[in-house]
Amino acid sequence: MRGNPAHELRMRRHRIFTIAGELLLTAGVLVLLYLGWKLWWQDTIAAQQQTAAASAQSEEWIDEFDHSGRTGVDFDKYDPPVGVAPATDQGFAVLYVPRYGADYRRNIAEGFSDQVLDSFDLGIGHYPGTQMPGEVGNFAIAGHRSAYGGAMHWIDQLQPGDPIIVQTADGWYTYRYRSSEIIEPSEIEVVLPVPRQPGVAPVKRTITLTTCDPLYSSEHRWVAYGEFESFSAPNDPPADVEHLVNQ
Amino acid sequence: MYAALFRTLPGPLWLRIVLVVILAAAIVLALFAWGYPWMDTIIDPQDVTVADPAAHE
Repeated sequence: MRGNPAHELRMRRHRIFTIAGELLLTAGVLVLLYLGWKLWWQDTIAAQQQTAAASAQSEEWIDEFDHSGRTGVDFDKYDPPVGVAPATDQGFAVLYVPRYGADYRRNIAEGFSDQVLDSFDLGIGHYPGTQMPGEVGNFAIAGHRSAYGGAMHWIDQLQPGDPIIVQTADGWYTYRYRSSEIIEPSEIEVVLPVPRQPGVAPVKRTITLTTCDPLYSSEHRWVAYGEFESFSAPNDPPADVEHLVNQ
Repeated sequence: MYAALFRTLPGPLWLRIVLVVILAAAIVLALFAWGYPWMDTIIDPQDVTVADPAAHE
């Protein structure tokens, strides 16, 4: 057999195909591992750390209030204090959505840089230029549907009347979920002071949540709308989240 | 390719299998710790906001 040119050619070809096949298999395994890392490993770690960071922030505001010697706030339940939008990337609120999970909470920061969305302590961004929590108009925020802690992963589970609670240093703003729709990414009218009504002066306090849709794609956007219900002082968390705050 | 690599490993069969497992685990660990986080800064397919397409750079 040795020295048979036809046999040697076959052997060489066999070796090349074997190496090519092994390289392709390796590439496949690397891609699967990447998906596992992105959608499970890093997602889980980000969710845990974002929850812990939001929890710490939440407690800090309550402690600050407790040590300020104040016992309440001089604002009406239905006419809440309104904060000033912070600098870009700065955290200023904590979002609680019991429907997203019993211990769900996330920090909200200004803008949508990677430092906000692809972060291990923030996770939700506030549309710059839209209103602040409790302000007449629209408090518009967005977060990841999956990976990086999936802050809006369960947005499709919301049911009318579900509380969407925003905590700031000033206190607790309770919104109630009303409705959702799936839209094109270019439909910026949903974050207007009155969603979808350009030029109309707002009279209501609303909240708009956006994320990508369908799951694992950025083809469309899922938009959820809510309406303000009431405000309470920092030491008086709404019943829906009390168990998280006083644990 | 992998068969040739396996043959270059020293020791008896059981030791070579242990070495392969350790090598594979080290590679996966390195990917999870550094490789994929770096890759993720380049590939970011997720877009969660509504935006004016004309305003996109």
